[in-house]
Amino acid sequence: MRWSLPLAVFLVLLAFLFVGLFRDPREVPSPLVDKPAPAFSLAKLHRPGERLSNADMRGQVWLLNVWASWCVSCRVEHPLLVALAKADVVPVIGLAYKDKPEDGLAWLASNGDPYRMSIVDRDGRVGIDFGVYGVPETFVIDKAGIIRYKQIGPLTADALDKTILPLVRELQRS
Amino acid sequence: MTRLLLVVAWLAAAPALADDALDARLKSLETQLRCLVCQNETLAESAAPLAEDLRKEVRELAVAGKSDDDIRAYLVARYGDFVLYKPPMKPVTWLLWFGPFLLLSGGLVTWLFVLRRRARMQIVDDDEANAAARAEASVQVARARELLED
Repeated sequence: MRWSLPLAVFLVLLAFLFVGLFRDPREVPSPLVDKPAPAFSLAKLHRPGERLSNADMRGQVWLLNVWASWCVSCRVEHPLLVALAKADVVPVIGLAYKDKPEDGLAWLASNGDPYRMSIVDRDGRVGIDFGVYGVPETFVIDKAGIIRYKQIGPLTADALDKTILPLVRELQRS
Repeated sequence: MTRLLLVVAWLAAAPALADDALDARLKSLETQLRCLVCQNETLAESAAPLAEDLRKEVRELAVAGKSDDDIRAYLVARYGDFVLYKPPMKPVTWLLWFGPFLLLSGGLVTWLFVLRRRARMQIVDDDEANAAARAEASVQVARARELLED
């Protein structure tokens, strides 16, 4: 009885620390979720003469995957993206972030190109507008152009099956 | 002639002075901002490529006449409150701001409580000691009386 209060305080502290063990401090929740995707208009990687902007994607649910040929963990998630492209569930647009177009093209040629198309963010401006701070990142954007989810770091089979694809299906129905 | 030279020198120096002022302002602003990549470094000191880009962005905004608050708002809109080393005061950060004071007052209350209890125990102890002393004294008085009467 005498020690019950200190013991309770200690247990609460322990619970906080325990939960803290499983949280990733590198994952900073984005303030852009549930906000309209920032406006962009960028040259396409394969056809540098053409541009893609938000308006072109209106009316469909799509994923924006931020990648770069210099990005090591992009290789980790790449097979998942290739499989996703084969299943043809949702269009994925690649944002080649701070990458030389020729490096990006070579990377896609050797690793497979899962993207409906890739657009070139040479100086990283659009990346800053999207709050990108660690490549790869993936955004789920709905028919009205609103960001619904942001995956920080490489996609995992778990994140795709449990979070991203169910969300995509739900958004496609609405 | 010298006057003309002075004017020329002043004209040449003025932008440099303005640059110095801008540099100082950006430096102090950037030390209040966090680099997202190496999270315990400020934007001013981080060598990460993103920090470099953001410094460039911040400079351009400042040159375009944006105030420090505008620039902070620009970054918060993209990266969240996490970019600020000094988090804003709002309901979700109340615990962060007032938590330490809460803990401190909790400690003070406990301390006072313990002190009070200890003081009360002291008084009880004193009373017991007095009672014992009085009992002892009366025993001795009785004994003295006994001896005198003999």
